[in-house]
Amino acid sequence: MKSLRVDGLLLVILLALMVVGLAVSYSASGGNVAVVKGQLVRIGIGLLLMVMVAQLPPHFFYRLAPLLFLFGLLLLVAVELAGDVGKGAQRWLDLGIMRFQPSELSKLIVPLMIARYLSERPQPLPWIYLAGALLLIALPVVLILRQPDLGTALLVMASGLAVIFFAGISWRLMATGTGLALAMIPVVWHFMHDYQRRRVLTLMDPSSDPLGAGYHIIQSTIAIGSGGVYGKGWMNGTQAHLDFLPESSTDFIFAVFAEEFGLVGCVALLILYLLLLLRGLQISVTAGDGFGRLMAGAIVAIFFFYVVVNIGMVAGVLPVVGVPLPLISYGGSSLVTLLLGFGVLMAIRNDQKMWTK
Amino acid sequence: MIRREALIDHRHDSRRYLIRALVALAGVMVVLLLLFIRLYFLQVVNYDHYATASRSNRLRLEVMPPVRGAITDRHGELLAVNVPAFSLSLVPEEIGDLDKLLAELGQLIDITEADIARFHEQRDRGRPFDAIVLRSHLSEQERALLAVNGHRFNGMRLDADSVRSYPFGPLFAHLVGYVGRISAKDLQKVDADRYRGTRFYGKSGIENVYEETLHGENSFRVVERNALGRELRELQRGVPQEGAPIQLTVDVGLQQVAAAALGDQAGAIVALEPATGAIRALVSWPAFDPNLFVRGISSRAYQELLNDPLRPLFNRVTQGQYPPGSTLKPFIGLAGLEADNGITSGRNGRVFCPGWFQLDGRERKYRCWKRHGHGPLDLVDSIVQSCDVFFYQLAIKLGIDPIHDYLTRFGFGAPTGLNLGRENRGLVPSSAWKRAKLGEPWYPGETVISGIGQGYNSATALQLARATAVLALRGKDVRPHLVAGENQRVTQPVKATDSSWSTVIDAMTAVVHGSRGTARAIGNDIDYQIAGKTGTAQVYQLSQAEDEKENRGVISKKLQDHALFIAFAPVETPELAVAVIVENGGSGSSTAAPIARKLFDHYFANQ
Repeated sequence: MKSLRVDGLLLVILLALMVVGLAVSYSASGGNVAVVKGQLVRIGIGLLLMVMVAQLPPHFFYRLAPLLFLFGLLLLVAVELAGDVGKGAQRWLDLGIMRFQPSELSKLIVPLMIARYLSERPQPLPWIYLAGALLLIALPVVLILRQPDLGTALLVMASGLAVIFFAGISWRLMATGTGLALAMIPVVWHFMHDYQRRRVLTLMDPSSDPLGAGYHIIQSTIAIGSGGVYGKGWMNGTQAHLDFLPESSTDFIFAVFAEEFGLVGCVALLILYLLLLLRGLQISVTAGDGFGRLMAGAIVAIFFFYVVVNIGMVAGVLPVVGVPLPLISYGGSSLVTLLLGFGVLMAIRNDQKMWTK
Repeated sequence: MIRREALIDHRHDSRRYLIRALVALAGVMVVLLLLFIRLYFLQVVNYDHYATASRSNRLRLEVMPPVRGAITDRHGELLAVNVPAFSLSLVPEEIGDLDKLLAELGQLIDITEADIARFHEQRDRGRPFDAIVLRSHLSEQERALLAVNGHRFNGMRLDADSVRSYPFGPLFAHLVGYVGRISAKDLQKVDADRYRGTRFYGKSGIENVYEETLHGENSFRVVERNALGRELRELQRGVPQEGAPIQLTVDVGLQQVAAAALGDQAGAIVALEPATGAIRALVSWPAFDPNLFVRGISSRAYQELLNDPLRPLFNRVTQGQYPPGSTLKPFIGLAGLEADNGITSGRNGRVFCPGWFQLDGRERKYRCWKRHGHGPLDLVDSIVQSCDVFFYQLAIKLGIDPIHDYLTRFGFGAPTGLNLGRENRGLVPSSAWKRAKLGEPWYPGETVISGIGQGYNSATALQLARATAVLALRGKDVRPHLVAGENQRVTQPVKATDSSWSTVIDAMTAVVHGSRGTARAIGNDIDYQIAGKTGTAQVYQLSQAEDEKENRGVISKKLQDHALFIAFAPVETPELAVAVIVENGGSGSSTAAPIARKLFDHYFANQ
């Protein structure tokens, strides 16, 4: 990669994950070639964007951050006003050629903004900057909650908070914040939608509602458990192929994977994810400046949240929220967002290589 | 100085960040470990539990297709209904040896090669747990045999289905159309989720045009099945939403009269209400039994239909393009009156008919149907007696392009917009059309025969009925339709003076009620007034020489003239406009006109 500055190691891991994703999507769709073709197109678009972004200097993102942040807010307001209703929630913006979920982009734009806001600040962070950062996070999160999309709102919030964490908030403030957040739980519960509450409740006891909200969890845990150590083999997952397992090629694709490839496959997948995280953290630690560090750390964090929230949900330890399994689930918006994120990561990496030269 | 401070600061920041990153990494490792433990519990510790659950997990989401909406006539009489029928289906993944099973089933009930081929085709497309129909329309006896022996076969299902049936058989074949088994191609046109579990799709006619309305919304039920696929209990049941019924404007009684009147002759009949455009009868004859297609027609029976010389599958009403012949004369007459060109000016214009017409300086004689001529006559006489020579002259006076423009206003040469699948547009020739299409100039001789609706002219029965309705309403826009409000096409009303309309309508009334009218035979014993026009369209252009010999009698049936009749009644307050075409029926007066009379009689007696 002489002319194209792309991080080879990151690229190899990304490609490996996406190949796994294609194979599982093919199986989950019951052998539908059109699904694979559609996903290949999205992967192509995503990779192209990633490589393009990787060529830019990190300073570019620094300068662009406020503009992007405003643009992201505008998109969210546009969804509020003119969005398409899909599956009972207003999340989509119809761009003519494709439908897009602006809330996805927020997962990248919000940490970008916070990273810019908090980089080059005195240490430890005075509380006024902290309050400013929290306000910047709250704006998009509230808009996304209104769609309503609890999963994405939580992820956006978490990605913003991750930047604050990396930026050097004092341990004592953090402990206080966590305590406050816990105290807020009853208030949040009050504002939650019925379906969201039901998901949390059924998590405690899935069998209480075997045909309603608990059904997904029961079916997906059976799928995972029946996979055993070695799995039933590719395309042989009977459980996952049942019509019951909803969203079997999107949010619940991990159940299909676990059923067909077993614990061995799951561990291999987790290791792949871990390798990606390690490489990301390495890039962040050695980044050239504070902004690059925070940004890289945030990207790694978002990615990690995706993985944990999705697998946790499918394995029945976290409530069901609509979060895809990164790079594996069928679907465009989150894939493109993630690859854009890795593009930024590569850009930061390229920048530090120039420093060391 | 400043630079150095920044560097120190930077290094400090860097160290803090490193600590934070390591803390984060530790957190990541802990969470991943927790995930691993969860997976280990699911996949190793509790493997047996989940493996058993998976094997015995026979909760199935089964689609319940909606009941298709009924199709009725204007009085609510059912034209397309659903009748219960039993079908035998197999679930591929629950069958052991398919060939053995098919052989054993074959000893109990009839299973054809086609059934098996279709089963294989669907099995290749579907998923292994979706039941696939092997045989439908099981007889009572077959159902009993299967029920008694059912325990011997794994993966077999007996389902009560609702299957489309057309109680009137061929009568509405070209109107209501039919449904057939849904194909991969049909599925591409619709939302696949809505059509899961749906086995039939409207293939033609109203069934096809209103497919989405008639279809309804499917629903699901959750059932628990044992390892052999037998249903243990139903856990949840949705309610499919029945398709919306469609009420047509047609009248079963009138349709029956029309079909009966045609008997074994091929032809097309359209009757519509001028004021609304509502079609009261639409018959294309001969037809076929649409029920054959619901069951899956055998290829031999289908070949027979395809090869039938009378073409029963062909919709003559919307797609049959016939030379309109003399039925075009009232419209051309009106064009003449409006153009005010001497021949037709008022009732004073006269022409002498010696039985033939010649263009200046040409040899060829264009004959009138009356060999020895009508003598002197005006426009009204010419419509009443259908004199050809008058219209030869009128056409030459008018010229082909003005004729084209005028006929076009009545909807000739364009689809009527009836929502019933493919519709042919017929043809109204013009000099521009001929140059574009044939690359030749227009010849005056062609204008001559266009004057009597021959030559290039063609029209569908539907166009004729519509144009007749427009005439009956003195130029108002008429939109033929089968379902209230379905035809949105708007056409310009035809403008003509009151006296022109009256002249033509009076002439058409005299066609039926006048002493010399060509359709006077149907004007007897009648208590209302009909305005009509006969037409006898040549299928086979008799050369002059043959014409001289008057050898019509020896011409085979296939080459005989088409008989046409257009009419509306009552003349003062038109309630029904009719177009009748009888293929190779001979003359309009003797064959087509009496059919129209039967329609009117029935319609007015049953209003």
